Amino acid sequence: MSAMLLNKEKWPDFIGKLAGKELWAPQVDSNGLRFAPVAEGEVPSLDFSNTRVPPKEVVFPQTETLFRFKSGSEELKQPQPGKERVLLGVRPCDARSMKIIDKLFNWDEEDPYYLKRREQVTLVGLACTEPGLNCFCTSVNGGPASTEGLDLLMVDLGESYFLEQVTKKGGSLLEELKELLEEAGNDSQEQKESIAGEAANKIKRSIDTEGIPAGLPGLWEDPLWQRVSASCLGCGTCTYLCPTCHCFDIQDETEGQEARRCRMWDSCMFREYTLHASGHNPRSTRRERTRNRINHKYNYYVDKFDVIACVGCGRCINLCPVNIDIVDVLGQVKEALR
Amino acid sequence: MNMENPYIPYYATVEETWYETLGERAIKTFKVVFDDEEVRKSWEHFPGQCAMIGVLGVGESMISISCSPTEGDFLRFSVMRMGKVTQALHELEPGDKMTVRGPYGNKFPLEEWQGKHIITIGGGIGQAPMRPIVEYVKANYDNYGGLTMIYGARTSGDLCFKEEFEQMTEEEEVSCHLTIDIEEEKWDHNVGFVPQVLMDVSPSPENTIAITCGPPIMIRFVLENLKKLGFEDDQIYTTLENRMKCGIGKCGRCNAGNMYVCKDGPVFNYATLKEIPEAFA
Repeated sequence: MSAMLLNKEKWPDFIGKLAGKELWAPQVDSNGLRFAPVAEGEVPSLDFSNTRVPPKEVVFPQTETLFRFKSGSEELKQPQPGKERVLLGVRPCDARSMKIIDKLFNWDEEDPYYLKRREQVTLVGLACTEPGLNCFCTSVNGGPASTEGLDLLMVDLGESYFLEQVTKKGGSLLEELKELLEEAGNDSQEQKESIAGEAANKIKRSIDTEGIPAGLPGLWEDPLWQRVSASCLGCGTCTYLCPTCHCFDIQDETEGQEARRCRMWDSCMFREYTLHASGHNPRSTRRERTRNRINHKYNYYVDKFDVIACVGCGRCINLCPVNIDIVDVLGQVKEALR
Repeated sequence: MNMENPYIPYYATVEETWYETLGERAIKTFKVVFDDEEVRKSWEHFPGQCAMIGVLGVGESMISISCSPTEGDFLRFSVMRMGKVTQALHELEPGDKMTVRGPYGNKFPLEEWQGKHIITIGGGIGQAPMRPIVEYVKANYDNYGGLTMIYGARTSGDLCFKEEFEQMTEEEEVSCHLTIDIEEEKWDHNVGFVPQVLMDVSPSPENTIAITCGPPIMIRFVLENLKKLGFEDDQIYTTLENRMKCGIGKCGRCNAGNMYVCKDGPVFNYATLKEIPEAFA
């Protein structure tokens, strides 16, 4: 199916049509805006900038059960696979991030938990028309209307949404909804292009990443790491809320006779992350941990998977309690390379 | 490796256990056999590799497989009591079950080393990942140009695999040099630090591969001395350890620079390692 238009008046019908599926959309909870299941009969609003917690939590939950077991039994019971989900209103940066971490979870041994959820999710994107203050997606191969990682892209044209099929999955969703849609003409296509172009122009933060991956190894002992980590509290917010951060811990939890092995997000900004049982720690200070975080995103990941593990969503900048700013850090990297 | 779900471990039953060393940080060796015959058949490990072993309800730790496949259809692990998981492992006795998943990591390229003289230089628990090399080379002795082993610990009570190594000092095919840091009564082997014993033994670098593992400070001086003896970087190997959780290059924490110790290691050639500033951190 080619590009389609959905008149905004039909938005509630659109949602109604999707009622048979597990529909997730950005909703406000005590932690701010995050993706959550849409209650029956409710019509989610798409009037938002971006969620505080990235939608990676839908495919890679903060804590998930690997298997359950009981004392006295040898059975290791794996959780039942969940339902098919449709995520509505995914920003292009967050969709790209899933493409990026797919590489990690697919690498060599496949990660069945992540890959199953990924397969079961349909990502309906929403192009940005008003990028946030600290967005810099255009510096890392993204864009406010990028389709990478999405199944379907929606662009707000004012009166209607422009719907662009990206994958087969997105196409079959459009097929199901076709009676609500009308064919998008050339004028809508042009309007969409100009909206996307305008949005890109509204992005004020930028960094030229050229030379950073290749240059970082040479800056190993550069004083910049001391400088940029001096105010770091080691709270881990930058990594927990990063859509491409994927590191995790594995722990056993027992309650009476029942127990589970689970995995949960972890952060390279924590001292315990690399602490050896002997007490030795290969990354014992925040300087080393900050250096690792930047290197992992802009050097190691590029080495291994040929892509920068940063989508420029700006969350780590917006939410850092001491205003550590990755664009500024990268600026200092560029400066040191000069 | 469980192909369907790499996070699901196999059960293995402890057949034998014994203490290598005593004290607060005792080292206990476990000889274990997989419960499932299919797993026993399909499991293949090679010197250098590790496994995630654990106790359900407590957790898992990455431990070197300290036996060579040439020894039989069992696994051996020598575990130092350090934290929660290793404490729980130490409580296991024959007949108890542990969980095992793996094997993980790359291998010592023993096939590539055929025809060469092999020298292992170890300290303390660092001998555990090298014991399989010694066993493997002994089992395929005709394919190698000789075997030299230098192994030391603080006291004779801190030496792992002491009986089998003491016996080796009497075997003609292995040139085995045991050492302790401080003089003791009834000790008729070397006294002195491992790097010094290496200089005393003074192996020729010609057609030789040196593998070292032990405390970081020992490794540093061993490397220095190997260079003094004329060894080239690519003739030297070591094996690294870092905290690990998944073993399959996903959880992130074991990286040394752009290398995952669980996938790209734990065995590294010194020529590679030297380029990773974090490797000796």
